[in-house]
Amino acid sequence: MSKEIAIEAKNLTVGYGDYVLLKNADYQVNKGDIFIIMGGSGCGKSSMLRVLTGLIQPLKGTVIINGTDIMKAPENEVQKIREKTGILYQGGALFSSMTLAENIMLPLQQYSDYSPATMRELAHLKLALVGLKGFDDFYPSEISGGMKKRAGLARALALDPDIVYFDEPSAGLDPISSRNLDDLIVELNRSLGTTIVVVTHELSSIFAIGNNSIFLDAQSKSILAHGNPHELLKNPPNEEVYKFLTRGGEK
Amino acid sequence: MQTKMQNGIDIEKDGKNRLKIVISGNILHQNIETPLGVLQTLSEADIKEVYFTANGLKDWDSSLVLWVYDTQKLCREKKVECNLKSLPQNLQDLIALAFAVDRKPSRSDGAPLSAVENIGKTALDLKQKITNALEFISAVFSGIGRCLSFSSIMRKTDFFAALEDCGPKAIGIVCLISFLIGLILAFVGAVQLQTFGAQIYVASLVTIGMCRIMGAIMVGVIMSGRTGSSYAATIGTMQVNEELDALQTMGLSRIDFLVLPRLFALLIALPILTMIADFLGMLGGAFVGVFLMDIPHQEYWKYAFNSFHLNNFLVGVFHSFCFAFIISLCGCYSGLKCGKNADSVGKATTQAVVSAIVWMIVVTGIITVICQELGI
Ligand SMILES: Nc1ncnc2c1ncn2[C@@H]1O[C@H](COP(=O)(O)OP(=O)(O)OP(=O)(O)O)[C@@H](O)[C@H]1O
Ligand SMILES: [Mg+2]
Repeated sequence: MSKEIAIEAKNLTVGYGDYVLLKNADYQVNKGDIFIIMGGSGCGKSSMLRVLTGLIQPLKGTVIINGTDIMKAPENEVQKIREKTGILYQGGALFSSMTLAENIMLPLQQYSDYSPATMRELAHLKLALVGLKGFDDFYPSEISGGMKKRAGLARALALDPDIVYFDEPSAGLDPISSRNLDDLIVELNRSLGTTIVVVTHELSSIFAIGNNSIFLDAQSKSILAHGNPHELLKNPPNEEVYKFLTRGGEK
Repeated sequence: MQTKMQNGIDIEKDGKNRLKIVISGNILHQNIETPLGVLQTLSEADIKEVYFTANGLKDWDSSLVLWVYDTQKLCREKKVECNLKSLPQNLQDLIALAFAVDRKPSRSDGAPLSAVENIGKTALDLKQKITNALEFISAVFSGIGRCLSFSSIMRKTDFFAALEDCGPKAIGIVCLISFLIGLILAFVGAVQLQTFGAQIYVASLVTIGMCRIMGAIMVGVIMSGRTGSSYAATIGTMQVNEELDALQTMGLSRIDFLVLPRLFALLIALPILTMIADFLGMLGGAFVGVFLMDIPHQEYWKYAFNSFHLNNFLVGVFHSFCFAFIISLCGCYSGLKCGKNADSVGKATTQAVVSAIVWMIVVTGIITVICQELGI
């Protein structure tokens, strides 16, 4: 059965100016996947995510999201894709001048016709979904780093996105919070069918949540492996991937 | 042959082709120079192998590691074998770590540019900067257009917060400074005017000076230091926290969301602050005139009001409108262009204030010339 494709990277070259991080990458993310982008530090995972989310332009190639070529499509279509995309940034990226509820209501105000009261309720619901019930009127400076991430997730989920991107969701979290966030990601994926793209190098997360992945390599500036992380561990296509997935070779 | 290197490091020749380095005692916090002794011996004699003995070595730190590292590097250059086997294992491990290259930086710095290339590069950079700035200004004006057609996403709460910050909260400092400026103007003028017995004209001097230009300039300088810098710092920090990225990926215009509320707040606050400053400057002048120069106060105010021309006053207010644009645009632009680290937030703040003040002076010059031509 061939699945529908959510994201397709075509001949993608990522970098800054003449500094190329990744050459001619091709890969696909199916709808409903939890897709992991992994690789060593500095290999360009975050940069890849920035290309997928449209924050920087690829040096070459293009990205097709739900059938729309983001390099060629007119602004209003790109806008539609944006509305259906949620992003959780490393530090949450909440707007510090607004309360958590206002943060979540911001995309709603922008892109929906709900009444203010409904928006408040929705914000309350989203906060409850990520375990922050009752924190509506707190400012980002008044909550902890892990809570900021969860609030950021609540904001990313505000418009019921089709695709949610995560940049290192477990960075800076204690093992339990990070586990909870993983559970939340899986839950999200299962109950809403959301396609999820996660940048991480946390092995436990990779195996716990990922059902598809790519492995980026800085040396060869290419994708060294593409597939289910468990399969990759069973049949590692090469030394680097094996080492990465086994913490440098330990059994 | 034996060379005494430093405390604890001795170099001796062992046979014809071998060099022995004996390390002993405590080697802590020592400024061990590059292994000159080794270099000398290596170039003088036909050494094939360098080896260490460290039986008497007690305590050591990075200074020893550095010395051994340098020595080994030297040996590699001279293609001489360097034997570390009898050094403590952890020292050997550290040296091995230092030599293990993970990955070369893939960014090449390239050859240094020649003078001509440098000029070219500077010119291109300058062109890029000017284009960026012009693009920003045009984006701001189209944002203002959106606002006038009620399709902007500017939040009222942001506007009122900005207004409160640059309005009521700034009145205190503006009053103090402009009172003092009026006082200073009067003092400086009085000394000169007194020599002609014309001290009564201090009233005119202060009134014209404050209303036409000094009020606006002083408020501009205060507000660029107080508010322009805070705009740059706030927006720069948002850049560091990825809030600007979040705005962009949510498809929310940075101009509407961040720049417009601040711009409008200053456009309203600055002219009002300027009027307040004009008045307080006149008070400062009156203080000097009445209390220190014994001009009767009815007399002082009579002269002051006689020399108060609506034209001068309006020119001052016009200046303050221009300054409001300059301060808020310089502040926001520096913030938006800020890099993603604390250092660049600092730079952005400095740049906001410096560029705002420079542009204010330039614009004042231009307005002055135009007024001159128009006879205002
Ligand atoms: N704005 C930029 N301009 C130029 N080079 C950049 C920029 N941002 C990142 N880089 C470079 O790109 C490379 C990859 O950065 P990136 O943040 O994508 O790595 P990463 O794979 O996410 O690493 P990590 O796992 O450590 O987060 C780095 O070597 C960095 O120096
Ligand atoms: Mg990263």
